[in-house]
Amino acid sequence: MKAFEKTEGIVAPLDRVNVDTDQIIPKQFLKSVKRTGFGDNLFDGWRYMDEGEVGVTPNERRVNHEFVLNRPRFQDAKILLARRNFGCGSSREHAVWALMEFGFEVVIAPSFADIFFNNCFKNGLLPIVLNEEIVGELFEAVEAEENFALRVDLAAQTVATPSGQVFGFDMDGLARDKLLRGLDDIGLTLDAVDRIRAFEQEYFERRAWLGTARERVVLDELDEGV
Amino acid sequence: MDWLSLPYAPQSPEAAAKQRMATLYDKIWADHLVGERADGQQILYIDQQLLHEVTSPQAFEGLRLAGREPWRLAANLATPDHNVPTEGRDLGLSGIDDSVALEQVVTLDDNCKRYGIRQFDILDVRQGIVHVVGPEQGVTLPGMTIVCGDSHTSTHGAFAALAQGIGTSEVEHVLATQCLVQRKMRNMAVRCSGALAAGVSAKDLILKIIGDLGTDGATGHTIEYLGEAISALSMEGRMTVCNMSIEAGARAGLVAVDDVTLEYVQGRPFAPVGALWDEAQAHWRTLHSDADARFDVEYQLDASSVAPQVSWGTSPEMVVGVDETTPDSVSSGDPHQADSIRRALEYMGLAPGQPITDIQLDRVFIGSCTNARIEDLRDAAAVLRGREVAGNVKQAMVVPGSGLVKAQAEEEGLVEVFTAAGFQWRDPGCSMCLAMNPDKLLPGEHCASTSNRNFEGRQGHGGRTHLVSPAMAAAAAVRGHFADVRDML
Repeated sequence: MKAFEKTEGIVAPLDRVNVDTDQIIPKQFLKSVKRTGFGDNLFDGWRYMDEGEVGVTPNERRVNHEFVLNRPRFQDAKILLARRNFGCGSSREHAVWALMEFGFEVVIAPSFADIFFNNCFKNGLLPIVLNEEIVGELFEAVEAEENFALRVDLAAQTVATPSGQVFGFDMDGLARDKLLRGLDDIGLTLDAVDRIRAFEQEYFERRAWLGTARERVVLDELDEGV
Repeated sequence: MDWLSLPYAPQSPEAAAKQRMATLYDKIWADHLVGERADGQQILYIDQQLLHEVTSPQAFEGLRLAGREPWRLAANLATPDHNVPTEGRDLGLSGIDDSVALEQVVTLDDNCKRYGIRQFDILDVRQGIVHVVGPEQGVTLPGMTIVCGDSHTSTHGAFAALAQGIGTSEVEHVLATQCLVQRKMRNMAVRCSGALAAGVSAKDLILKIIGDLGTDGATGHTIEYLGEAISALSMEGRMTVCNMSIEAGARAGLVAVDDVTLEYVQGRPFAPVGALWDEAQAHWRTLHSDADARFDVEYQLDASSVAPQVSWGTSPEMVVGVDETTPDSVSSGDPHQADSIRRALEYMGLAPGQPITDIQLDRVFIGSCTNARIEDLRDAAAVLRGREVAGNVKQAMVVPGSGLVKAQAEEEGLVEVFTAAGFQWRDPGCSMCLAMNPDKLLPGEHCASTSNRNFEGRQGHGGRTHLVSPAMAAAAAVRGHFADVRDML
């Protein structure tokens, strides 16, 4: 996973509550077996006037010029400013992949849905929780100032405005360290392989119906009917 | 590295069981706790993973690229459901016209063969929506930890199993390690007293709960559903309730084990038998919150006051009783909420203050992991018996949750009721719940749907979804607009 230390970039405002992952990346684009190729279809239903299909390129589409991400000043945005409960609904990690591929490195919101929040950390997208009041001020600042950019420093856990205002944010220590170093979660868990094996052995002793007996039912009788 | 020397502190399950004031969630958590890290993150052992074609390919690819093998094959079960067509099932893979969808289904086949993971493939009579198949086969058992790359995994909580939706990276993590690294959620109790009225179902109950809590009302919590209205539900009803926990923001919902649970599980193909059944049952009987268990949040509802529900907007929290109207005070309260109500009414083509029964329907969909079990089909058929789909409804379809549900409905004669009424009788899959397969709405069409999400475009670009119970969907099909099913019993 790509490491994240700090970034500075244009902020794009998405002024809606409860943005669900169906909006972030609609289902017709989930048929891919790859982790890439989702950026052009980020917020597809809002970015374009016509229905998106797999394999149709953006220049063949009817663009919705009203939609915020289509405004020229937000073309190179790296930071998405959102309202509460961002990323609710479906567990699709494609939502995170699409945001990153579009160019976003950070999403700032007053709250996130649990699964989306978790998925961010698996990919190096930084979700920052700031309170409603600060988020409200940032929305006003973006509206007021062309090229409004923020500086985000993960190690220091700060978001800084051009005028020098600095907001601290909370973050789980281990999640932060993993992002800073771009570490693979699976590798970390497998460091505890002996502990997992020991647990498993003891667990199947007290929950015998889940152990070898089940293995026989699930695997050995693969060809047996209903 | 700093976390290599983490002080693992495994908790003895006996100690955990003796813990006073434990919630059901606390008990299942403690039973699966491999260890705790210094930072408070915990390693949780996962008993069962369910796999489908959409969120697993990148996980298998990751596993392959890292040169890793699945930790425990028997802990996995796969079935294709999201983008399989619901017509021409006997054609198998060659019935999938969409080449991109086909590649995904074939990839699941290949991955299962390569690793030796059990799959109910597209031609298997046991194929179906993963959250219908697991319980039906006894793959889902009480007290388990269950994951799936699908947010409606919460369904399995009806069996007092801690079942959570996860992203694809976590699917890979569980394949490789049989564990999930998590921070424990807070406990929320949803207590439902009283009895549901005739014609009011588990679906109406959970829609009402979501409407009250809001789509983020239970974020960061595991919900336990308690009270006499929950105990009175069948397993199918409990699954419907737990299924939509995620629509209130909770990754997992739970119901305690009782006789209803055990009767459902006993005799299922993957359930334990003989001495193992006795042993399992003894443990499962302990799977309830202690009388003095403390919850971080409590919410109460009198089930007898719940009317049949209909969603009018583009979020599952936007729901009202069938005898009510769309909201008319869009400017009141929180400005963001007002804005989202205004947007939703516009998207749905509805006016503020419009009676719900005025909404005309173009299509009716009975199916999905929320409402495609045998009981759901019986409920709908009971309303449809001797009646016909209204002329303005272009299409009404039933998509059973699995091949076995389909077979049972055919055996019970339900299929004749549906087809006589003018419903199409389809093959199992997720179908129009998320319209990844050919079943979808056209722009502007209103659909009475027994599914779980009414997000913009969910059932097709520009489509307008109204979430209802199976009985209410049947009533809407007959009348051509929403109608109170209580008047049609």
